[in-house]
Amino acid sequence: MRTKITQEYIDRDRRSFLDKVFKGTIGGSLMLMIPMHSPLFAEVLNEEKSLKDTIDPMNPNANYCFIVDVSGCIGCGNCCVADRKENDVPEGQYRTWVERYVIDMMNKVYVDAPHGGEKGYSNIPILDTIKEVKEAFFVPKLCNMCDEPSCTQVCPVAATFTTPDGFVLIDKEHCVACGYCVQACPYGVRFINEERKTADKCTWCYHRVRKGKLPACVNACPTGARKFGDLNDKESEVAKIYYSKSRLSVLKKELGNEPQLYYIDLHGEVV
Amino acid sequence: MVTEAMNYVFPNDAHAHWTLMIVIYPYITGIVAGAFIVSALAHVFNVRSLMPIAKFALIFALSWLLFVTAPLLNHLGHPERALNMLFTPNFGGPSMMSGFGYIYMSYSILLIFEILFIYRYEMVLLKEKSSGVKKFIYNVLTLWTNDRSPEGRKIDHKVAFVLGAIGIPLASMLHGYVGFIFGAVKTVEWWFTPLMPIIFLLSASVSGVAGMILFYIVIKKITGRMDEVSTDTIKTLVKLLWTFFILDFLFEMIEIAVHAYGGTSGWHHISSALNGPLEWSFWTMQVKVLSIIPFFILMYLSLRNVSRGVLMLVAPLVSLMLLAQVLFMRWNVVIGGQLMAKSERGFATYHPLWFEKEGILMSIILLVAPIVTLWLLSRIFPLWESESDREHSA
Repeated sequence: MRTKITQEYIDRDRRSFLDKVFKGTIGGSLMLMIPMHSPLFAEVLNEEKSLKDTIDPMNPNANYCFIVDVSGCIGCGNCCVADRKENDVPEGQYRTWVERYVIDMMNKVYVDAPHGGEKGYSNIPILDTIKEVKEAFFVPKLCNMCDEPSCTQVCPVAATFTTPDGFVLIDKEHCVACGYCVQACPYGVRFINEERKTADKCTWCYHRVRKGKLPACVNACPTGARKFGDLNDKESEVAKIYYSKSRLSVLKKELGNEPQLYYIDLHGEVV
Repeated sequence: MVTEAMNYVFPNDAHAHWTLMIVIYPYITGIVAGAFIVSALAHVFNVRSLMPIAKFALIFALSWLLFVTAPLLNHLGHPERALNMLFTPNFGGPSMMSGFGYIYMSYSILLIFEILFIYRYEMVLLKEKSSGVKKFIYNVLTLWTNDRSPEGRKIDHKVAFVLGAIGIPLASMLHGYVGFIFGAVKTVEWWFTPLMPIIFLLSASVSGVAGMILFYIVIKKITGRMDEVSTDTIKTLVKLLWTFFILDFLFEMIEIAVHAYGGTSGWHHISSALNGPLEWSFWTMQVKVLSIIPFFILMYLSLRNVSRGVLMLVAPLVSLMLLAQVLFMRWNVVIGGQLMAKSERGFATYHPLWFEKEGILMSIILLVAPIVTLWLLSRIFPLWESESDREHSA
């Protein structure tokens, strides 16, 4: 059942916003004193650091768009940690992950994503056999929110569907977990949640967006490599990029799924 | 030229999601469809030499039909919601899988009615000879009628004829549809071919006919009535099996050949799987041992005038080989397709365990259960052509 957006919701958010501003001020001051490796630092990062006013939760005609700036991703894994926490994803399963691409001077491509990139890459060295690196970059992956989704097409019980504003969601009370959608998704973002025994995937944090918040991963990204917003809002960052950048691309375009997840500076090797 | 240096699969796709259960589901469905086609050849097309097993084919089909959904229910994360497929089907997609629910249901109803009409007269006769629970069962199945008139029998045959005629396209659809479930998945290169429904239909016919030959002879052997086995029937079945198998194998190879000749990046991925993790199960077993050898054996049996002794020994053996061929083919399609990872950079893994929920032991149980059911059903429905059938067809 879809949550009704009421004034009460918005009021509650305003209160929590002020609450977080207060906590953020204290947290920010503490950050100056506490060393980086302290666990407390991670706690502070998990707080809502910015609630942008670009999302209007009441707008049913919004045209949401997710943009990943590949050159901006540093492979820290914060997004994956935030996502697991926000969405209660079982260990070993991934709503989002970050892949590491290394291309050596012989044009050999090395791709890996240990722990889905969740633990960051700073302590995970690349293979010894790689002598000289020509190019290296990180690619965050998540649901592509296709305009022509093959997952909703194949679902035998119509448990997965597209909302009027373009979110592809799953009704976990109705899903039989046949796994057909897992097979049909070209991007491997779907899985059968081991605990709930139903299909699961990234929702672009629909539950947060409906309250005017950013998706948890976007919120946690320290470099702004993950961007989210409404394309109808011409002042939003995503709209500015979408209507100006010529180097936006999508994954597996030839399959015709028309993803709404765009990448800036996507290398041709990324699948 | 950029080359792949590492095996990489998406983190959610490290292992195949569809297990042995999804391998045996199309296998069981195929046997149902194939057996029905044998019975239809007798009842609808009046192929005389198949008359002795026309009834057996129906009961054989029913015993497997009852277990079509068992592996699926065992696979579902929420089997208690399985009926959602019928109550809230996704016709917007449309979902091939929900369509299957309806086709399976229609076919089940049709097969049961076909059996009731074919057996009605015999059950009326049997009713008198039996007592207790058995008599009650016969009474229910015949709706308490004792009609033995020739007019009544004529109507039985007319209805059975019509049902059989409808049943042919329906049985073909039942299995062609299973092929469609795989053939329509564009993300798996190995599945995404219009030939898939055709290959599934033909392999279904192969497994159905092979099953008929094997069980006809083995049951007669066990019950010590080998003399009742009609040479003519076996010869017809062998020729039928050979024909279906030639077409089946031809299409399987055409699919590979067109892919290979096209040489797209998709083919590179497929070929590295066929020459990698699938090499033994595909090239060695499915193609060499279980296709090429049976092809020549069937050719020999079909074209040469072999003695009855040789026929009764070799025909069930080659049928067993082809039943295994179809099982390997299901494995190579269902598991093979999933091993070819969507990352296009390597292979997922699948190693079934003996005692897991969807493991090897469970698969064996689900493949033996229809045979036990066949034995149970044979207590109610005599499997073989009776005196009254022969009188009538004469």
